[in-house]
Amino acid sequence: MSLLQPAAVDVPGRREPGVHAQLVVGAALVAVVVVLALVSLVWTPYDPVRAVPLDRLQGPSAAHWLGTDRFGRDVLSQLMVGARISLYVGVVAVGIGALVGVPVGVVAGMRGGVPGTLLMRGSDVLLAFPGLLLALVFGAAFGAGTTTAMVALGIGSVPAFARVARSGTLQVVRTDYVLAARAANRPALAVAVRHVLPNVAGLVVVQCSVNFALAVLAEAGLSFLGLGTAPPTPSWGRMLAESQQYLGTHDYLALAPGVAIAVAVLGFNLLGDGLRDVLDPRLRGVR
Amino acid sequence: MTRHLLSLLAQLVTTLVVASIVVFLVLRVLPGDTAAVALGVHATPEALAAWRAEHGTDRPLVVQYLDWVGGLLRGDLGTSFVTGRPITPLVADRVQVTLILVGLAMLLALVVAVPLGTLAAVTQRSLWGTLVSGASQVGVAVPNFLVGVLLVSLVAVRAGWLPAGGWVPPAEDPAEFWRHVALPVLALGTVQAAIVTRYVRSAVLEVMREDFLRTARAAGRTRTGALVHHGLRNAGVPVVTVVGVQLAALLVGAVVVERVFVVPGLGSLLVDSVANRDLLAVQSIVMVLVLLVVVVNFLVDALYTVLDPRLRTAGGTGVRGAGVLAAGGAR
Repeated sequence: MSLLQPAAVDVPGRREPGVHAQLVVGAALVAVVVVLALVSLVWTPYDPVRAVPLDRLQGPSAAHWLGTDRFGRDVLSQLMVGARISLYVGVVAVGIGALVGVPVGVVAGMRGGVPGTLLMRGSDVLLAFPGLLLALVFGAAFGAGTTTAMVALGIGSVPAFARVARSGTLQVVRTDYVLAARAANRPALAVAVRHVLPNVAGLVVVQCSVNFALAVLAEAGLSFLGLGTAPPTPSWGRMLAESQQYLGTHDYLALAPGVAIAVAVLGFNLLGDGLRDVLDPRLRGVR
Repeated sequence: MTRHLLSLLAQLVTTLVVASIVVFLVLRVLPGDTAAVALGVHATPEALAAWRAEHGTDRPLVVQYLDWVGGLLRGDLGTSFVTGRPITPLVADRVQVTLILVGLAMLLALVVAVPLGTLAAVTQRSLWGTLVSGASQVGVAVPNFLVGVLLVSLVAVRAGWLPAGGWVPPAEDPAEFWRHVALPVLALGTVQAAIVTRYVRSAVLEVMREDFLRTARAAGRTRTGALVHHGLRNAGVPVVTVVGVQLAALLVGAVVVERVFVVPGLGSLLVDSVANRDLLAVQSIVMVLVLLVVVVNFLVDALYTVLDPRLRTAGGTGVRGAGVLAAGGAR
C-alpha cells in the first residue's frame, strides 16, 4: 500500500452496509450443510442405502421430497448422508493441511535463511502435484477410497497453509513486541506460540475455509470418477455420476447432488471471503 | 534477466528430479510387491518370481529408478504391467486431446473474463458490477462436471443440437471436431471464466488505487485511457498467475469433464490406469502431467519478468505468487 493511499481502516460506527453480507450468507449456507449432516447421524427420512424396487425413479413428491433413484432409494436421505461424507473429508483434509503446513510456514518465517528456504522449497515440490493428481497417485498406490482421498487432498494443501503462515509470520517477527520477547531471551517456541500463532490464526482460518471448499469439490470429483467414497455409502459426486444415464428424463437426480455441492462450496467460499474482510479490512472489496 | 531465467530453469529441473523420486517411491515402493499387485494375492511364488524377472522389478530399486528415468529422457515411458503394451504411443495420442480441450477452454475463459472482470471493476459500485461479481462468485462454486451434466441434458439430450459425447480429431473432420468439442469446452470454460473474472476484477481494482494511475489522470488521461495505457499491464501479473495456475490444474482437473463427455484425454487414461492398478502406466502418466504442470509454472514465472521488470532482480520470487494460488485457489 502506498503512503498516499487513504487507509481503508475499519471506522467504528461507519461500517459499510453489506460488508458482512458475504459472511452471513456464507455462514448460513455452511450451517444448512452442517445441520443436514448432523441430523443424518440420528435420523434420515428413509434408510439411504435400502433399495425399494417398487419405488424406483419416482419424481419429487410428498413422500420423497427429492424423489428416488434407480434402486428406489430416497434421494434426500442420501443427500443428508452425503453431506456428512463431504464435511468429513473437508475436516480431515483441512486438518492435515493446517497441522503440517502452519508449523512449516511459521518455522520458515521465524528461522529464515537456508533452513527456512529449504523448508519452503520442500513444500513447493508439492505444487507440481495438483490435489486431484495426488489423490489419483495415492489411489493407485493404496487403493481408492475416502481415507486415501482426504489424506491426499490434505497433503496437497500443505503448501497453501505453509505460504500463508510464512507470510503472516514474516510480518509479525518484525514487530516491536516480538523483538522485545526475543531480546528478553524468550525461547523460540514460546515466541511462536505466544506471539506469532495468534497473529497468524486469522489468515489460517480464511485459508481453512477456502481449502474446505476445494476439498468438497475434489471429493465430489473423485467420487464422480468412482475413485472416492465407495458404494453403498452415499456421496454427492457418485450420485451425480449415477444420474447421468437418466439425463433428459429424470434431471432431478442430477440437480439434487449438483445443487448440494454448489451450496457447500459457495458457502465455504463466501465464509472465507467474509472472514478475510472482517479480519483484514484493508482488503475489503478487493476480491 | 538471463540469470533469473537460468535460476528458474534450475528450479524446474530440481522440482522434476525430486518429483520423479517421490512418484517412484510412492508408486513402486509403498504399495509393496508390484508383482503381487499385478497378479493378485493367490499367485504362486513361481509365477511371482517369473513376473518380477520379466518386468525387471527384482533388480535393486536404484537401478529400476535410473532405468525408468533414462527411458523417460529418451521418450520411452515403458511397457504397461497390465496390458503389456508400450505406454508412449497411448500417452502421445491422449496428451494432444487434453491439450486441445484445455487450451480451448482457457481461451474461452479469457475472452469472457478479461472484458467482464475489467467492466466489473470499473463499475464496482453499480448494479452491473455487483451482478458480474455475484455471478462469478456462484460460477466458482459450480463444479465443471455439473455444468457438463446439465449441458448434456439440455443441449444434447433434450434439444439434440450437439452430440452428448465422443471425440473426432480435428484433422479427420473439422466440422465434426467442433460439434464434439463445443460442449466439453463450454463446461470447462464457463467455470474457468468465473474464476478468472474474479481475479481480473480484483487485479484491476488494485491497479485503480495505484498512484501512477492517479498521476496519469492528473496528467490529463481519461480513466479508460489511463487504465489501458498504464493499468492493464500491471494488472496482468496476477492474471497471468491465475491463468497459469488454472491451466496447470485443468490438465488434471479436466478429467471429470472428459469422463462426462467420453473424451479420450490423458486424465481419462490415468483414471483407467488407477482403476486397473497399472502402476507403471500411472507412474509414467503422472510424470508427464507433472512435467506439463511444472513447465506451465515456469512459463508463468518467465512471463512475470517480461511483464514486471521489478521482479527481474528478485530471483525466484515468481513461483511464490503462483504457489498460493496453485495450492489454495486452483481447481
